[in-house]
Amino acid sequence: MKGRDVFYQGNEAVAEAALYAGCRFFAGYPITPSTEVAEFLSRRLPMIGGSFIQMEDEISAMAAVIGASLVGKKSLTATSGPGYSLKMENIGFACMTEVPCVVVNVMRGGPSTGLPTGPSQADVMQARWGTHGDHPAVALAPSSVQEIFTETVRAFNLSERLRTPVSLLTDEIIGHMREKITIPEEGELEIWDRPRPEVPPEDYRPYDTSKGIIPPMADFGMGYRWHVTGLNHDQTGFPTNKPELVQPEEERLLAKITSNLSFIEKYEDVRREGARVGMISYGSSARSCKSALSEALSEGIPVDFLRPVTLWPFPERAAREMADRVDVIIVPEMNLGQMILEVERCAGGRAEVVGVNRADGDPITPAQILQRIREVA
Amino acid sequence: MAFDYARYIRPGKLPHIWCPGCAHGIVMKAILRAIDRAGLDKDRTVVVSGIGCASRMPGYVDFNTLHTTHGRALGFATGVKMADPGLSVLVVAGDGDALAIGGNHFIHACRRNIDITLVVFNNSIYGMTGGQFSPATPHGMLASTTPYGNPDYAFDVVQLAMGAGATFVSRSTAYHVLPLEKQIAEGIGHKGFAVIDALCTCPTTFGRRNKLGSGAEMLLWFKDHTIGLKASENLPPEKREGKILTGVFRKEVKPEYCEEYGKIIEKVRPARGGRE
Ligand SMILES: Cc1ncc(C[n+]2csc(CCOP(=O)(O)OP(=O)(O)O)c2C)c(N)n1
Repeated sequence: MKGRDVFYQGNEAVAEAALYAGCRFFAGYPITPSTEVAEFLSRRLPMIGGSFIQMEDEISAMAAVIGASLVGKKSLTATSGPGYSLKMENIGFACMTEVPCVVVNVMRGGPSTGLPTGPSQADVMQARWGTHGDHPAVALAPSSVQEIFTETVRAFNLSERLRTPVSLLTDEIIGHMREKITIPEEGELEIWDRPRPEVPPEDYRPYDTSKGIIPPMADFGMGYRWHVTGLNHDQTGFPTNKPELVQPEEERLLAKITSNLSFIEKYEDVRREGARVGMISYGSSARSCKSALSEALSEGIPVDFLRPVTLWPFPERAAREMADRVDVIIVPEMNLGQMILEVERCAGGRAEVVGVNRADGDPITPAQILQRIREVA
Repeated sequence: MAFDYARYIRPGKLPHIWCPGCAHGIVMKAILRAIDRAGLDKDRTVVVSGIGCASRMPGYVDFNTLHTTHGRALGFATGVKMADPGLSVLVVAGDGDALAIGGNHFIHACRRNIDITLVVFNNSIYGMTGGQFSPATPHGMLASTTPYGNPDYAFDVVQLAMGAGATFVSRSTAYHVLPLEKQIAEGIGHKGFAVIDALCTCPTTFGRRNKLGSGAEMLLWFKDHTIGLKASENLPPEKREGKILTGVFRKEVKPEYCEEYGKIIEKVRPARGGRE
């Protein structure tokens, strides 16, 4: 990749990548271990004519991000567990009204205040089911600082193209860890923008799906004067409680994801000759897995490895295929067993599924994982 | 010539959801006349609300309209305004929306002095959910959750806004429609955060329970129980007793938030790091 090499921590990479993706608005509230994202953008956004605001809490920060996005600005907020909980109601609002925005959660231990300076992966189910009601969910889980950069850009791209909030889940380890990364030159990575209306204002119907499942979105202030509401609405955008109008719209919100898996799904799928053991892991835990896997291989135990980069939607087909090939699937994660539930669902009894779990604020070590491989092999 | 409301009402969106006797419609009309008086461009005006009866107003009016989550309208509006300071932004909120769940956002918007005009539809009750007490329900009054009388004390919107630093603060009522309209227009014209406390009535969930009479009688109560700020200055204390003061309480020139942020942009823009 052509570009400029820098020595960045993960949180700085998020911020730099957001600018690369075209983000011009950030609203947030300080919280460890995410604060560097806000600090970086408070410095850089005004330099390019963008805006940064520190709000009075995470609820209003999420609200401001949605408001700015409605005016056409790509918008970001960054937080950690307690703040992610507070943002949930308005994340649901963005799902319902189909307003693009990106939410970074640098995961730390919980519940509650938990371990502010310790890593965890215990918010992955919250990223799927955190806000109330049936709703679409897209969440990405990078494993390195370089990947944080590319996945942040992809988070904006997906959010824009799908018109839905996207969560980027990192954790205290990769959020604060420094690595050498390449900031790609302009044009190296593709940048997607939300679909905008091609019809004149008088013909605009905000949730018109006659041209496709994702309706074009007009910026506030450009003459379209549309109505945005978190109430169930019909294709004109105005509230309705007619069952025959509500049901298809609710289903469409989910179908935006399920009918676009081809460009949403992303995973690393390593298959090894003769493997009877498989492993599925993501984010910073996947790093420990990789060194355990090469160690195991040198001991003569080949292990298949699936690393979802897009966590939600979960790569069901790849997980099912793994369950068809191996006897046991190991799922290391820094929580007491969350993604393992998805793996079990996909395995459907065709492979045994076991976890390697840790919730004490320390990373899962390669030795822990290797030991589990030896136990099941 | 009669005011042409049709210019600002979305075709086909009426009737509204408000009960007979509810004064929210009176406040809505005052807002529309004020917008007209202030000469706002419909395409460049954004009306934001939270949740509640009052917050249904944006659905009826022909602007860029944003009906958000309970209490959070000011947060959304702040993002809208910062993203394009050239937009005129109005927020409409019930007293519960603005002062209870949205109380924190209220004081911070006042403090920030961002150029947004907030009209509080203050009916001193939670209308939408059926008459529970709000932070504006007077002490001792009955509500569905204060069946023995309200043990709480009410916020005074004007005092709260002034204490928090709002630079335009006024109060009027749904009885005093002309001053209300004028205040809203003045608030819109004011560069900074403007709060208009619009006292109004909920005969259905508040009036009936407290035996305050019909909607019309409740409006007349405002006539008898308010005095203009200026007039009050010459009155002896006993004549002011039990009266609600109305008028413009503060109009202060102070740098506005987006302008201040714009100065920062101007200062750092040519510096290093810009990608554009
Ligand atoms: C988070 C949340 N909590 C509670 C509610 C329920 N709720 C809807 S409107 C409302 C209060 C409305 O009262 P007010 O803001 O005074 O406006 P009014 O209806 O009187 O105009 C409440 C509590 C909600 N929608 N969301």
